[in-house]
Amino acid sequence: MNNAVECRSLTRSFKGNAKQQAIIALDNIDLDVREGELFGLLGPNGAGKTTLIKILATLLLPSSGKVTVLGYDVEREAHKIRPRINMVSGGEFSGYGLLTVRENLWMFSQFYGIPTRIAKQRIDELLHDFELADKADAKVRTISTGQRQRMNVVRGFVTDPDLIFLDEPTLGLDVNSSRTIRDYIRRWVREQNGKTALITTHYMMEAEELCDRVAIIDRGRILACDSPCNLKKQVQRDAVFTLETTQFADLDSIGHISGVKGYTGETNGERQKIRIVAEEESVLAEVIQVIAGKGGKVISLTKVESTLEDVFLQLVGRGLI
Amino acid sequence: MAVNEHLRTIRWAAWLGWQMESNWTSPFLFIIYSIIKPIMATLIVVFMYLIILKSVNADPVLFSYMFIGNAFYMYVAQVLFGISWVVHEDREHYQTLKQIYIAPINFPVYLVGRGISKIIITTASVIVTLAFGILVLGLPVNIWKIDWPLLIVAMVLGLFCICTIGIALAGISLLTARHGTGINEGVAGVFYLFCGVIFPITFLPSWGQSIAFFIPITYWLELLRRSMMPETISISGLANYSAQEMMVLLLVSILLFLFFSLIILKYADFLARKKGKLDMTTAY
Repeated sequence: MNNAVECRSLTRSFKGNAKQQAIIALDNIDLDVREGELFGLLGPNGAGKTTLIKILATLLLPSSGKVTVLGYDVEREAHKIRPRINMVSGGEFSGYGLLTVRENLWMFSQFYGIPTRIAKQRIDELLHDFELADKADAKVRTISTGQRQRMNVVRGFVTDPDLIFLDEPTLGLDVNSSRTIRDYIRRWVREQNGKTALITTHYMMEAEELCDRVAIIDRGRILACDSPCNLKKQVQRDAVFTLETTQFADLDSIGHISGVKGYTGETNGERQKIRIVAEEESVLAEVIQVIAGKGGKVISLTKVESTLEDVFLQLVGRGLI
Repeated sequence: MAVNEHLRTIRWAAWLGWQMESNWTSPFLFIIYSIIKPIMATLIVVFMYLIILKSVNADPVLFSYMFIGNAFYMYVAQVLFGISWVVHEDREHYQTLKQIYIAPINFPVYLVGRGISKIIITTASVIVTLAFGILVLGLPVNIWKIDWPLLIVAMVLGLFCICTIGIALAGISLLTARHGTGINEGVAGVFYLFCGVIFPITFLPSWGQSIAFFIPITYWLELLRRSMMPETISISGLANYSAQEMMVLLLVSILLFLFFSLIILKYADFLARKKGKLDMTTAY
């Protein structure tokens, strides 16, 4: 199987100003995305996901390294890549407000040279699939943020690209809209042979549910890359627990315990919910001891099945958000 | 194949531009606005003239020189500014520049397409202004004596030239958000000062006249005046050149500007991709 995307030693830095050092957004990345794959980039804000997508979508040049998309070099052959890709960014409000939803989509379909009959049919189908049919003739400035975001997802698919880049496509959307988008992406890749989707997200569940393979990225580096199932196997050797405790000072002290690979803490009123990935169960005794020493009391303790979040915790040592 | 793609890009970019220019209000208000705006803009210059010379009849040739130059200068202000502003508008306001940029279209062709709506609207404004001048202010232009072939050829070349310069400014706009307006206004101001828009270039110092001879807008405006009112040749400072010579000069200077504009756009495009400027939103 061919690779839709190949990155070799890809580095991208942004020049700082007098007070700020240069920022390394991508640090010597090697990455392959296979044709026909639904590939996820999972990482926190600022990890480098969007920078990578911009380079692949020919919007940004790499500082060094070699990147090919659909077999073409992103620096020298962008004009050969562009007819075959599209890109959607979540959390943006792009669109020509004075045009209707249908006009916006129609115009982009024409820039891609889609024949009239096919474009009309495809727009109607996609508007129906994304529950926007009743807004087709509404001016974009009059529709809600979520509807506008769905319109942009439709814009991405209306050109029927071979490779689509979806940068946090469900960011800020309600549960139903997110599900609609996820269902469509999954169907699009599965039902059309050879179509590839590269999706970035910081929602663990989204990556786990959607992607054939996931790359975990943090601070510009790929920390792991495999199927969600294989990634989870990495932490199945570890012990994953959730503890509910009363409030206590210095949650960070848990991270200093020998054998704790990562943890997250979440405060809920008077109580704290802590998720811990540890090398072995025996570490738990010291964890409880530390909590008690800081004035806390363990209310409940559960051993849990590992998730992608635990993989991230193990690799990075901290939570995703 | 490529020609078809370019024509398709121009068609839909022009359609988009037209929707954005005309769709913001009711057709009636749009027409009223399109008539009143150019007339008011022209009256500013007319009143300045009247303050100095008291009457249109005091020097009808100078008045015609000024009025025709000012009317056609609207193309420079509107189309040139309009094309370069597309970058700012699409990137900052509509946040669509990156979507347009990665579409399989030729970006300069898209810019020209967007400029076509400006050309249409400005043409209406120029016609309204000239009609106002002839009918109300007594501008001594006889429409039956206009050299239409010269006017049409000069118009086509001139508009091509303005689009070319607009493309260069759009390239610069790719790299800056804050200074985009200033650069546009600065360039338009330079052309207004040096190209014989409202006063003959003979009023300029010799170095200023040298600049005027380098800018194609100078020849374009002169050819337009000659086609409409040949009497203005006597004061233009370009009487030594025949219309054919001026046409050649216009063509050569356009080709030079086209060459440099495409280089500027290509380099700016490279820098914008290198620096990550194509999707920046600065709220300017």
